Amino acid sequence: MKSERPAGRGGIGGWVFLVVVLVIYAVTALVDYELVLSAVGVFTQVLDKVLPALALVFVLFFAVDLLLDPKRVEKYLGRRSGILGWLAAIVAGILSTGPVYAWYAVLHELRQKGMRTSLVAAMLYSRAVKLPLLPLLVYYFGLGYTMVLAFYLIGFSIIGGLLMERIGGMHALPD
Amino acid sequence: MLEQRLKQSARKTLRTFITILPIFVGMLLLTSLAVTLLPEQISAGLFGRHDLIDVLLGASAGSVAAGHPVASYILGGELLAEGVSLLAVTALIVSWVTVGVVQLPAEALLLGRRFAICRNLMCFLFAIMIPFLTVYTLQLME
Repeated sequence: MKSERPAGRGGIGGWVFLVVVLVIYAVTALVDYELVLSAVGVFTQVLDKVLPALALVFVLFFAVDLLLDPKRVEKYLGRRSGILGWLAAIVAGILSTGPVYAWYAVLHELRQKGMRTSLVAAMLYSRAVKLPLLPLLVYYFGLGYTMVLAFYLIGFSIIGGLLMERIGGMHALPD
Repeated sequence: MLEQRLKQSARKTLRTFITILPIFVGMLLLTSLAVTLLPEQISAGLFGRHDLIDVLLGASAGSVAAGHPVASYILGGELLAEGVSLLAVTALIVSWVTVGVVQLPAEALLLGRRFAICRNLMCFLFAIMIPFLTVYTLQLME
């Protein structure tokens, strides 16, 4: 599970990354100016096509943040949650945003309170289905691919959860 | 109350936007340069020898890569356009968001070493299985 933020405080890492890329462009331009012009051409073409999908991504980010917070997640992932717990873990994983470190901390707290190992693993895995980013995935790979991939990711989040519980026990705490 | 919540969410979304924007633009610039510089080498060089090797390469690259999932979609999309197989691209995308070599120490610290290692190994295996299942399912649907 990857962090959703670049390294560095307050997302500075992303700007550093962009500056590094611009420096690479500048150095490449000194060697082969025509190549850089072609690359910029490719960039503007792709950006033009991706922008509408990106706009939708941010609308979804806003909606997810409005509807979900860690306290609400904690309420529905309790020890005796049963099938609803599985559902809540997977839905929470899909809807969760922000850096994964924050969720490690939340899940650490929930495990201390008795959250099942399987639900921890299922939630972490289902984070692979990035609801706000689905428009971008559809843009690049098509609706059919996106739906099939999301189906398998959700399915494997359940399989993974069950396997992790067999390996680590129902309420195994950090070693 | 609702107005305050809306403002709070809008601020957070704006912060997320500011965080993602440079990664998004940087990744698009980088992949544009890569596909211009190495259009055929990418598909004809590393990838394209055997399905399983392609998937292993994709899953390995995604496992050690760090960054926002947006970057994996852009990179995957451009690799696909350059002729890299959907199997390899799917392995890259899946492992990028499920396997976290870089985050392993933090995960081990907060959720347990055994849990973190087992989970990441399992996720790597899933990142090899899911591309085959996805591509074969898509072929069946055609």
